[in-house]
Amino acid sequence: MSHTTPTPHGHAAASILDGKPPAAPAGDSLTRDAWRRLKQNRAAMCSLVVMAVIILACLVGPWLTPFELDEVDWDAIGTGPDLASGHVFGTDVNGRDLLTRTLHGGQISLSVALVATFVSLVIGVLYGAISGYFGGRADNLMMRFVDIMYSLPFMFLVILLMVVFGRNIFLIYAAIGAVEWLDMSRIVRGQVLALKKREFVEAAHALGVRDLQVVTRHLIPNALGPVIIYVTLTVPKVILLESFLSFLGLGVQEPLTSWGVLISEGKDMMETAPWMLLVPSIFLAATLFCLNFLGDGLRDALDPKTR
Amino acid sequence: MTTSHSLSGTDHPVDGASRPSENAGNAPLSAGDQARADTLSRLGLEAEVPGTPSLMEIEDLRVDFQLPDGPVPAVKGISFTLNKGETLALVGESGSGKSVTSTAILRLLPELAEVQGTIRLRGEDLLTASTRRMRELRGNRIATIFQEPMTSLNPLHRVGRQIIEVLSLHRDLKGRAARNKALELLEQVGIPEPARRIDSYPHELSGGQRQRVMIAIALACEPDLLIADEPTTALDVTVQAQILRLLKSLQKRYGMAILFITHDLGIVRHFADRVCVMRYGELLESGTTHDVFDNPQHDYTRMLIDAEPSGEKAPVASDAPVLLSARDVRVSFTIKRPLFGPKVAFEAVRGIDLDVRRGQTIGIVGESGSGKSTLGRALLRLLKSKGQINFDGINLSPLDAAALRPLRSRMQVVFQDPFGSLSPRLTVGEIISEGLRVHHPEFNRAQRDAKVCEALDEVSLDLSMRNRYPHEFSGGQRQRIAIARALVLKPEFLLLDEPTSALDRSVQVTVIDLLRDLQARHGLTYLFISHDLAVVRALSDHLIVMKDGEVVESGSTRAIFEAPSETYTRELMQAAFAPDLG
Repeated sequence: MSHTTPTPHGHAAASILDGKPPAAPAGDSLTRDAWRRLKQNRAAMCSLVVMAVIILACLVGPWLTPFELDEVDWDAIGTGPDLASGHVFGTDVNGRDLLTRTLHGGQISLSVALVATFVSLVIGVLYGAISGYFGGRADNLMMRFVDIMYSLPFMFLVILLMVVFGRNIFLIYAAIGAVEWLDMSRIVRGQVLALKKREFVEAAHALGVRDLQVVTRHLIPNALGPVIIYVTLTVPKVILLESFLSFLGLGVQEPLTSWGVLISEGKDMMETAPWMLLVPSIFLAATLFCLNFLGDGLRDALDPKTR
Repeated sequence: MTTSHSLSGTDHPVDGASRPSENAGNAPLSAGDQARADTLSRLGLEAEVPGTPSLMEIEDLRVDFQLPDGPVPAVKGISFTLNKGETLALVGESGSGKSVTSTAILRLLPELAEVQGTIRLRGEDLLTASTRRMRELRGNRIATIFQEPMTSLNPLHRVGRQIIEVLSLHRDLKGRAARNKALELLEQVGIPEPARRIDSYPHELSGGQRQRVMIAIALACEPDLLIADEPTTALDVTVQAQILRLLKSLQKRYGMAILFITHDLGIVRHFADRVCVMRYGELLESGTTHDVFDNPQHDYTRMLIDAEPSGEKAPVASDAPVLLSARDVRVSFTIKRPLFGPKVAFEAVRGIDLDVRRGQTIGIVGESGSGKSTLGRALLRLLKSKGQINFDGINLSPLDAAALRPLRSRMQVVFQDPFGSLSPRLTVGEIISEGLRVHHPEFNRAQRDAKVCEALDEVSLDLSMRNRYPHEFSGGQRQRIAIARALVLKPEFLLLDEPTSALDRSVQVTVIDLLRDLQARHGLTYLFISHDLAVVRALSDHLIVMKDGEVVESGSTRAIFEAPSETYTRELMQAAFAPDLG
């Protein structure tokens, strides 16, 4: 069945026979291409740097500040920012250093956001893509399961987990992750339903490409735009959910803290000690701001058309 | 200057009274004036000839799109005149600026378009008119019909309401009066049972009927100018002829001018009074239809006229081995699956027998909904079907996806839409090498690359393009990439599902040449699905005519084209090659 190829285009054929195809301009894989495009996006790159600084500060910062997380400074209870005493961002009503607590809280908030978003991304994208791709009865069953999960009250789920596993920070991750992927799977399923009827998917079938390959190579990359935007929306949602749980006493417990908890404490002291609200809010706002720019940049970078 | 047109003042039964003065200028021109006008129009310099009833003058129209990378000129200074009651065809291939010109007349171009020059309608400069004035004109004095009857009607409103909307906007008609006028319009555009159809939703109408509704909306205010932007491109040939006939008769009745935008010269020849040929935003040639077709001045015009696919394929020996055979193939789709009770199914392919011999090209023609594409997909087992399909002696019907995989490299497919058939996030190299990953997992990167280059070379594409993404290519180039993707596996059988339908005529011809060339070089066997009879005649040696999932007629291409035995086949050919537009 193999036929010889007497091509009339001699010039190019010769180089093929040499086994050395002519060099083509760079830019082979989508990820490398995307990175190159992302680097040209100034807003996204600035955001990336700011995010990196915040994350790094949260990771190593608590060790560099002269105060402990739960250390009470009896000389400075509820004082404002003051360089002389070492409380750069002031203290809270219990005399604990706000900078230390904010950076520590960042660790919790960012890790919850990271884990929950990652879980929702992986489960949601795979679940939604598979459900949409196979369609029919599989789709029906998988989506009814999502409906059931939706209908479970979130608080009930969290309390149930607490009863079974005891109080644990990782439960927050699990509970939030278990709920957040539902939206993602719906979004991806919708995208895939539209994409799978496109001719390039049919062409892949005609080539004999395996189902898993069709999903990972053709469907998911083309559904990425809305997915990335949704991820940037998930992160703030998750951070706020965590503070809500902590507020109810189901989340992080004193002396541990998180941005959400700090903000809700600061809100009560807004009139007498505004720094208690401002400091964690600025950290949270800066992070979310950067995420939005980064998300937009990523979406554009992953779309070859915006070259 | 309207030489062939029989428009005269008495042709206005409806609105003759309302606009009596306009017909005064329509008196026959003297022979001298006629000659002068013709000469001028040939030169593209339409000066104001005394007594010429010009409706719209466009002078030195320029449109530049201000893109981030700098301005991109779309229309580069074109001038033409449109007379009352005449049909002017604006002809050009994609990217020629013809649609930009018509959108500029309506002042509906996006913000980033910079428009210069003058467009005068009855002496009124449209480019300097206020937004409010433009709104009064649009849909009223200037009406438009678009290419896609599927999307230009609002799916949530009954058609009657959409007609009444225009009437109440521009004619201040309300209630019963508006409804009666809408009924009258629907009757005029030839919608059967208008009293019932007026309350239909767009999805309940066929494509042709929807286009008729669009025409009814356009005519609601008896416009001076109707801009028809590829109004029949999305329709089947037989419907196309009906719609054009309708437009002609309504033009006679209302005396409106039609600016007819199309890429299809075949229609222009039968439909337009005068022709302007555009390319790359420039007006290359203009003149009466007769002159342009009989004596084209510009090479490009000549090329467009000659771009009709030509040649034919010699039949294969009658004892050539059968590569693909199908017996009683049936495909049905489940339309409704109620919780209780039987499924409701629609049978798209109803028992087709087919034998494709090695080296043969079988053409399958039919209009939309005839089941031709469904049959093609069923033959490749891309769709579930009943009946028996044998490929090179192997019965495909009982095989599952894994068992079919080794056979996939021997039978390949090229689809219609060169924009939809290439994954937008893979490079051309990745797209072409995908089949190699499946069928030759032993190849390393360099070997795959070499094969990709070989395939690109076969379809005459630049090898350095393989790291680019599909959107950077033109339609014709993308179709070549799709062909390369199929060829890289060295198939024996190629299903070509309307591979040339989305391409410009001049590009079409080169793709047909390529397909022919590849068949000769590799002894390929083709199943060619198309609604375009001219292309099928050029490529196939055996023809199957399908309608409603069944074979109407089958036989050697030449025999069928010379003497079609079935009425339906005759109708198709009549509509495609010699439409009678009255």
